[in-house]
Formats: sequence, structure tokens, C-alpha cells
Amino acid sequence: MPQFRTPSAIPGFGLTYGFVWLYLSIIILIPLGAVVLWASSLGPERLYAILTRSDTFAALRLSFSLSLLAAAVNAVFGLIVAWVLTRYSFPGKRLLDASVDLPFALPTAVAGIALTAIYAPNGWIGSLFAPGSLWASVFGPLKIAYTPLGIFVALVFIGLPFVVRTLQPVLIDLDKELEEASATLGARRPTTLFRVVFPTLFPALLTGFALAFARAVGEYGSVIFIAGNIPGVSEIAPLLIITRLEQFDYAGATAIATAMLALSFAILLLVNVTEAWSRKRLGHAR
Amino acid sequence: MELKIRNLRKDYGNFPALNGVNLDIRSGELIALLGPSGSGKTTLLRAIAGLESPDGGQIFFGDNDASRQSVQHRHVGFVFQHYALFRHMKVLDNIAFGMRHGQGPKQSEAVIRKRVLELLDLVQLNGLEGRYPAQLSGGQRQRVALARALAIEPKVLLLDEPFGALDAQVRKGLRRWLRQIHEETGHTTVFVTHDQEEAMELSDRVAVLHKGDLQQVGTPDEIYDSPATPFVYAFIGDSTSLPVTITNGAATFEGAPLSVGRVDPPDGPGRIHIRPQDVTLVAAGQGVVDGRIIGLRRSGPYRRADIAVGQHAHRIEALLPPELDVSIGDQFGLAFKRYAAFADDREPPKLGLAREKQAA
Amino acid sequence: MPADATLAAAPSLGTSAPIQLPSPIAESRGARIALIALAVAFLGFFLLLPLVAVFVEAFRKGVEAYFESFDDPDTLSAIWLTVVVAAIAVPLNVVFGLAASWAIAKFEFKGKSFLLSLIDLPFSVSPVVSGMCYVLLFGAQGVFGPWLAKHDLQIIFALPGLVLATIFVTFPFVARELIPLMQEQGTSEEEAALSLGAGGFRTFWSVTLPNVRWALLYGVLLCNARAMGEFGAVSVVSGHLRGLTNTIPLQVEILYNDYNFVAAFAVASVLAGLGLVTLAIKSGLEWRYGDQISSAHRH
Repeated sequence: MPQFRTPSAIPGFGLTYGFVWLYLSIIILIPLGAVVLWASSLGPERLYAILTRSDTFAALRLSFSLSLLAAAVNAVFGLIVAWVLTRYSFPGKRLLDASVDLPFALPTAVAGIALTAIYAPNGWIGSLFAPGSLWASVFGPLKIAYTPLGIFVALVFIGLPFVVRTLQPVLIDLDKELEEASATLGARRPTTLFRVVFPTLFPALLTGFALAFARAVGEYGSVIFIAGNIPGVSEIAPLLIITRLEQFDYAGATAIATAMLALSFAILLLVNVTEAWSRKRLGHAR
Repeated sequence: MELKIRNLRKDYGNFPALNGVNLDIRSGELIALLGPSGSGKTTLLRAIAGLESPDGGQIFFGDNDASRQSVQHRHVGFVFQHYALFRHMKVLDNIAFGMRHGQGPKQSEAVIRKRVLELLDLVQLNGLEGRYPAQLSGGQRQRVALARALAIEPKVLLLDEPFGALDAQVRKGLRRWLRQIHEETGHTTVFVTHDQEEAMELSDRVAVLHKGDLQQVGTPDEIYDSPATPFVYAFIGDSTSLPVTITNGAATFEGAPLSVGRVDPPDGPGRIHIRPQDVTLVAAGQGVVDGRIIGLRRSGPYRRADIAVGQHAHRIEALLPPELDVSIGDQFGLAFKRYAAFADDREPPKLGLAREKQAA
Repeated sequence: MPADATLAAAPSLGTSAPIQLPSPIAESRGARIALIALAVAFLGFFLLLPLVAVFVEAFRKGVEAYFESFDDPDTLSAIWLTVVVAAIAVPLNVVFGLAASWAIAKFEFKGKSFLLSLIDLPFSVSPVVSGMCYVLLFGAQGVFGPWLAKHDLQIIFALPGLVLATIFVTFPFVARELIPLMQEQGTSEEEAALSLGAGGFRTFWSVTLPNVRWALLYGVLLCNARAMGEFGAVSVVSGHLRGLTNTIPLQVEILYNDYNFVAAFAVASVLAGLGLVTLAIKSGLEWRYGDQISSAHRH
């Protein structure tokens, strides 16, 4: 009969293993279980009714579409940043590399008010697009803060490091012989990049994209200051959860949270399945 | 395609990887670049391909100076040590890559597919065009890499340690097979190896490199039987040597004249190199020099004897038939069936180092 | 060096000028410069500018106004509360991280990868949802709400709720730094210590712990920075009672919503400073002890 644990001379398994499960249960599993319990007590029909209420639906749609868009932009620019940081050398590279972690290091509320200050109509960047600016005289004024565009800016800010930090180790390990082989076969540099390098990076890029997306969907602190929070226009799903909780509408909050959790997990699952499939087929090390 | 390499130089910092190399490669020949790691053999191969840019010198493809051509326009087939197959592409797409995305004339998909299938037939991988590289064995991947290089109708085929990553059994089989392919296709082929056995067995000619210098180019027989430099002598096959003094073409060992013939090197200190199988035992006083057996051990079909010669007990190695009745302490005369004399090099060949079998 | 006859016959050519072929595996110079410029501009606008903005806004009305911002008793109690919350949450997660890495890295058992993904779970849950969990359990309408009210116990809108929510969001930091490193290090050193007669705790204290000390410090740093800076989760459970249940990030929000921008950015600059110091130490650790932190951080 297969054993649960391979025998070992090292002591302390029972104690640490037991503690891990106890702590995990108290902090994570029971509280998350409460969400599942509340959601299941609602039943599918009520869940559906709550989620399709116009303000709820609008918030979910806003959160998911902007998160997808921000993650896509991060995938493109994250690839460029990771490429520049691993392949080229230039003065200030170390500092630039460290600055990629700023969104992890700056507390979200701090990032939130700072972004708002910059992109508000009187801010450093916001004023470049505000009424009276050169931009406004040509294209008409563009309001960034307090609109969905502002939310998008904040989501790009917090998502970038996920893409860069996922790609960097893969780029470092990328076999240069692949690019040389492509060159000896006569392919020009852009062909090599698009036909050989990028397809090889694709699984890592997908992972980075998914992580940035999952983070963006749940993001609260850096978004609410810049969002303006106009119901139906720039109100994100996490804010709606808080609003519902403040109204003691636990059912409403749970329903939104369930939808967010389910969609995020579905995307993470999809990514994991794609990765496992590509690893099996292509023999990727990671 | 005939290749002429003239005065090729490449430095890495202060370290010369190629020290003014001149080499002519004949059309249709299979030539090995042989040397220990750090000898410059891989740098030379990559410079021919255009993957390294040399610091000086020229490379001619026929009469055409290719030195300033980019790798994309040189039309060389390069097979990498670790295959460098594109793992996200099927075997068919790997082989077709150069025809689809290279600088040659554009061809229709039907023509490309036909050519790929022909090549798969040539490398004996029929039916595997739909597989991914991860689904192939090491030997199969190496053959796909070769087919991919051949697909662009290269002017010259370059292989970097083509069998380096494979185990001994597979290597032997692939060696014979590569020779066969070469005979069928007739491409001018250059391959890099640190394995002398591989170089000797497979190639028409061998170019031996050491520290960025070309030491000797010749057929395997020439390289083995008439090594041009002490390094080649030491690197190819086993050998031991005796320090001698050369005066007017005559050699003396520890003051006594050696009864070998006339030797070429100029007057001064020199060395006589002898291979173990060229040493025979005769009665004391009847040979070139006398020695005493100080060690005996079995080595395959032979017995290997360590023989101490002269006052400083210089060690000479001999391969003896196992039935010969000798024991440690016996005194004999040594006769040399063949030997080579060289002036003492500024840097004596370091046998241990030179023979080290590391991947370059 | 002597060579064969072909070479002797070759015409000797003077040394020609060095050939500079473009590297076959690099972009053209122009593309390279354009890409570097693009990366620098993107990081500058999106990441560095907000950081600069925090300090510029904080000092907009001068140094005096900046320091006056900290005279507010509500702000001071928010700083104190944040320190208390972190001082409870971080050590608990350190103990958990050490226990989890010991059980996972030093033993082979079934369901290990499942346990690993459970430990990572809090990273994929929105902070707001993390806070919400505890409201559903302990809030007025929650599972234990009536029972807590009857016994006059308060978790939500009080210190225990803040601590729980903070532990939740910082849960994986220490464990996920230690587990890969300890897995890499294997068990041979511990087995050697045990065979020499050391007890289990002694072995852990003098063999295992020194081997992972830099990774532990790294994990504690990240855990602490997040614990002090967490906003979404604590926002849900705090109740925003001024001077009572506001941590520093919540105090920033209140000051900002009161249009007291200088004070908001001054308090925020403290958190930004904490983040920068954490980032600096973290980069220093990666640079100096990269091999002793974890394979994931080797550049």
C-alpha cells in the first residue's frame, strides 16, 4: 500500500505539518469557505439576478474589460522592457531594473493618490490634455483622471512588474544558438524575432499576462482615487463590494466576489492548462 | 565550393583565438578541425559561417570574398552542437524554415514540402515530419538539424561538435552515416571536434589547431605518421619522449650518441618522440638505448610497460605482446621502429592538458 | 609554425582592416536605441513619475507644512496602529513560513503541490474579497456575528479584524521565499547534524536557519512592507474610525478626501520611504546574496 509520507530520519514533520494546516484553515480556508457558503445559499437564480442588475453588471464589465486591456498593453511593453533589461547594456540599467519593482514597493493607496495628482486636469500629465492645452486645441480636451481611462492607467501601473519579472529569467536562459541557427538559414533579424524568439517566449508571456490580469481585476487601492467612481461609468467591481458591505447587503457583495473569483480562477486555470500542454508538446523547461 | 582562409585573426581581449590562420579547403572534401578546448577551432568554424566577425584576414568562397557578407547571405549550412531546433515547430517546419524565410528564391509550398520529404528520406526519418523536436531522440534531432542545414542548398556545410551531446553508441552509428551522406550529396563539409578518433575516422583531411595556430593539415595517415610539430605528436595518439642534444644532425642522450639516423632539427636541445607501439625490446646494448622495466600493466590486447632510461630515469612507454616473458627489474635494449625528432619547444607540449577531452 | 604544402604556396597577404559584421543575433543600432528609449520613457512616465509626485506634493507648501502634518493626533495614532498590526502579523507569518518550509522542503508526502497552491492562494484573491471573508464570518450579519455581539466581543471594525486581514494578504510572502531555497538545499546537512547527535530543534537552529537567513530576511522585508502598506483588505474591516481603527494608508485616504492634500502626501511619503528602503535593501540582498536567496531571484 502506498504510504502517505516517505520515511525520513528528520524529526518535526507531524508538528509542522499539523501547524501549517491549522493556520491555513483559520486564516484562509474557513474565511474563504464562508464566501462559498454564502454564495451557495443564494442559489443560481438569485446569483444571476444580482449579477445582471445594471449597476453590478456594468461594474463587472468595466473591471474585466479594462483589466484585459491593461494586461495586453503590459504584455507588449513588459516584453520590450524585459528585452532591453536582459539584452542591452546602457548607463542606468541597474536603476531601471530596480524601478520595475516600484508598483510592488509603493503601497497601493500611495500610488493611487500620486497617479491622481499626475493625471488630474491640473496635474503634470493631465494638464497636457486638459482644455486649453495644445492637445485640446487639435483633438479636443481629453480627461484622464476620474474616467475609465484613468482606471486603465492605474491598472497598467500595477500590472507591469508581473510581465517583466516573469519574462526576465526566461530571456536570460534563452538559447542564443536558436537565433544563430535562424540567421544561418538566411532569416533577417525581424523574421528571427517574430518566427523564432517570440513563439519561444509565448508561454511565459501568457503567464505574465494572466498574473497582471488577475491582479488588475482585484485591484482597489491604486484605482479608487483616480476612478471618480461614477456608478455605471467608472465604478469598479471591488468598490461595489465595499459599497454593498457598507449597506449590510452581504448577499450582493458575495455575488460580485464570487463572479470575480470564478472568472479569475477560470483564466488562471486556462493559462495553467495551456502551459502544461505546451510544456508537454514542446518540452519547455519552464 | 572551394574555401580559402587567409590570415584570419580573432582576439578576445588579450587572448588570441585565431592567430593568422591560413587554410585551403578543397571542393567536396570532408575536413575536420581538431584541437583541445580553447584551440580556436570553433571560432574558426563560426568565422567561416559569419557568426563571428574576425579582427583581420579574409575568407573566400571560391573566388568570392565572403568576409564582408552577413551570415544571412553566406548560404552556409550550420549544424549546432545542441541542434538548436525550433521547438515550437514541427519537423517539417523546421526543415522548411530556410526555404520559407531565407534569402534564396521564393518557392511554392508544394515544392518546399517535396524537398523536405526528400531530405527526410536522405536522413532516414521518413514519416516523422509531423513530430515536434521534443518527441524525438537525440540522434533523430541531430539528423533533423542536418536536414534543415542541407535544405538551403548550402555552399558549405559546417558542423560544430556534431556528435558531442550523444552517447558513445549513437555516435559511432551516426559517424558512419554522416560519411555516407557526405558521399551522396558531395557538399564541402567542415566539422569541429575535440575527439581525435572521430576526426581520423570520418574525414578526408584533418586540420590540427592549438592556441589559435594551425599546426598541421593533412590526411589522417599524414597526421598520425608524420606529425609536423611536437604538439601534434603529443596530441594525436600516445607518445613519450627523451631529451637529446642535437649537433650536426646527430643526437646525443646524456652524453652518449644515440644510434638513430640523421635528425632534421637545428643544433641545440631537442626531443625524440616515440609511440609505445613503436618500441621493441632487444638484448641490452643492442638497441638505441638501454632501459629497465619499472612497471607493467595490462591494457586491452597488449601489455603496457614503463621503462626507465638513463641516469634521470626518463620514462618511456612500450606496448608489448602479452605472451612476452618480462618482469619488473629486467634490463633490455630499446629499438625504435619509428620516431620523430623536434627542437625543444619554448613551451613543451603538456600531454595531460592537451589530451583533456572537454567539450570546446 | 610549419604547415603543409598548400599553405606554403598561398600568397601572403598583408593584414587587412578589421571587419565589423553586424552581430547576427542583435538588433540594428537604431532599433536598439529606439527600444531602450521606449523602455526608459515607459518606465519613467508610468513608474517613476508617481514616486516623484508623492514627494513634490508633500513638500508643495514647504518643509514646515510637511512636518506640521505629523502633529495631528489621528495621524500619530494611525502610525502607532500600523506598527502594532505589523508587529503581530509579521511574526505570525514568519512562524508559519518556517513551519511550512520545513514540512514541505524536508519531507516527501502526498498532496504537496496541492498544499503549495493553497499557500499561494491569497495572491490570487482580491484584497477586498480577503477583507470581505472576515466580515461574512464576524460582521454584524455574519456567521458568528450574533454570538460575538452577545458576548460583547468585537473583531470587525477593531484591531483583531485588521490583524486578520493583514495576515491574510501577507500570508505567502515568507513561505514562498523559503520553500524553493530549502528544497534546493536538500536534507543532507540536517541528516549530518542528526547523525552527529544533535537534536531536532538544535539542528534547525544551528544548521537550517543560518542557511536560509538571507532569504528569511528578504521574505520578512516584503511581508512587512505589504503589511504596513495594505489598503484594500483593511479598508473593508476597519470601519474608518478616526484615531481608533485607521492605519497609515487609511489615514492617507481620509486626509485626501478631506482635501488636505499636503498632509495626505506627507503621510504617504512615509509609506513611500518605507517602500523605497525595502526596495533598496531587497536589491542589495539580490545583488550580494543572490545565490543564497533563491534561484528565482538570480539575475
